[in-house]
Amino acid sequence: MHSKAPWGLKIAAGLGLAFLHLPILLIFVYAFTTEEKSYQWPPPGFTLKWFGVAWERSDVWEALALSLKVASISTLIALVLGTLCAAAVSRTRFFGRETISLLVILPIALPGIITGIALRSAFNLADIPFSFWTIVLGHATFCIVVVYNNAVARFRRLSGSLIEASMDLGANSFQTFRYVILPNIATALLAGGMLAFALSFDEVIVTTFTAGQQSTLPIWMLEELVRPRQRPVTNVVAVLVVLMTVLPIIAAYYLTRDGEHSAGQGK
Amino acid sequence: MNSVVASTSPSRLARLSDYAWRHPKQVLLVMLILPVLWLGVVYLGSLATLLIQSFFSIDEFSGLIKHEWTLKTYQELFVPANLDIILRTLAMAALVTMASAILAFPIAYYAARYAKGVWKALFYIGIMLPLWSSYLVKIYAWKLILAREGILNWLFTSLHLDGLLNVYLALPVVGGSSLSVSYTGTFLVFVYVWLPFMILPLQAALERVPSSLLEASADLGASAWQTLRYVLLPLALPGLIAGSIFTFSLTLGDYIIPQIIGSSRLFIGQAVYMQQGTAGNIPLAAAFSVVPIVIMGIYLWLAKRAGAFNAL
Repeated sequence: MHSKAPWGLKIAAGLGLAFLHLPILLIFVYAFTTEEKSYQWPPPGFTLKWFGVAWERSDVWEALALSLKVASISTLIALVLGTLCAAAVSRTRFFGRETISLLVILPIALPGIITGIALRSAFNLADIPFSFWTIVLGHATFCIVVVYNNAVARFRRLSGSLIEASMDLGANSFQTFRYVILPNIATALLAGGMLAFALSFDEVIVTTFTAGQQSTLPIWMLEELVRPRQRPVTNVVAVLVVLMTVLPIIAAYYLTRDGEHSAGQGK
Repeated sequence: MNSVVASTSPSRLARLSDYAWRHPKQVLLVMLILPVLWLGVVYLGSLATLLIQSFFSIDEFSGLIKHEWTLKTYQELFVPANLDIILRTLAMAALVTMASAILAFPIAYYAARYAKGVWKALFYIGIMLPLWSSYLVKIYAWKLILAREGILNWLFTSLHLDGLLNVYLALPVVGGSSLSVSYTGTFLVFVYVWLPFMILPLQAALERVPSSLLEASADLGASAWQTLRYVLLPLALPGLIAGSIFTFSLTLGDYIIPQIIGSSRLFIGQAVYMQQGTAGNIPLAAAFSVVPIVIMGIYLWLAKRAGAFNAL
């Protein structure tokens, strides 16, 4: 069979990729438009003014700060819980192992609205007031799976003989963890952590149910989407959000790719 | 193994380590207790409280929840207005899934079979970036595109095809007063947002198809089309089904896309949102949210019967 791709396939794949990327690039153009009342295309003129305007907006900064705080803490919780789960599931076979994997995946497999409304009604029943921590609780729940997936994949590649060798050489469990296991899973955890961070930073559906009066950056965006008031500022914020998610994703890609050369592959 | 024990004064840490080595079950328990408590108690617990409420009903006069077991709320789902919402959502999910599969196939196939080296990395990032970039930003981009004064209308007008667009918008179901308030708009945004979820599993499945099979098919005289139909597609089916699980389930539960871009007719997600919010009818909201769970349960069961999981 021909090793070169047929033209039709090339064009279809190219068009598909263009379909995926052009809409996002369009926002970059809009961030510089001089038009502020409508989404007029082509833009009547270009200006850098809106970046300054957005910079001055305290509500944007507050939303950004809250989002970063929520994402950091949820990621930390997800890292601990996800790694523990992954280690348990991949290193031993035990009763209910399949159930645990299902349990981890469930929060992301079920529609976000169900997770959101379930948590909300539970908070209501338990008389827990909505706060920063209720947002974190929701986010950490669906971030666990991202860390778990990355960690499980790495644990599978990590050869058991390495750990046995470490023990044979006199290291105790903690030393083995610190000097053998951790260096081997570190990049997977970093990648998982970054993806969890990106997931939390962007989450809106569960957050609408678990946040009280506070607004994270996605909630701020959602309000602007439903009732546009500050179109130019929204354009700038959208561009910043894109840039902030692009970097961790590319970094995570390179981290997991290098991880393919992790020790003890010939298991 | 327990050479540490032999050292003259084992530290507390070392003793703990030895204990752990000798009691793997306890270690497992310690490792699992936190995640299981979090997911099993917090998450499943909340889910259960929600589902239980779907068996309660709302008192029509006081608007308060009656804590008596009843199936009345489920009956309400079959009122024509609510049934319409469910069927509309199902139809949309099915269409979005099919369109995503058609769009995803060439990208996934090219990435799996022809992209090499740098191109492979570029394709991967080219799929991962839209997958992970902000959901709201993606919807926002389409709000810009579909706006009346936006780029799509401009494009149609500059190409003197605005008549064609108007004819399309005048069509009964798919049309509307503008693209951004039509089902077509909702459909486009759904496809756009979920497409990467279809590409990735499809690509993974296509990568496992050995090229010798395709060569054999060609050697035996099959045309490219026949190879696609009788060799490639059946082998890619597990990936296609895996991807469709995502696109289908995500469309079923979404309430933000149809709220921002689309006609005012409701989808399941919006119905859940409205019932628990403005309407204050938690039992009906809970019953509505059982619908996607049941549908996905059936879907997964069918996929399993079709052998999609064995092949994965």
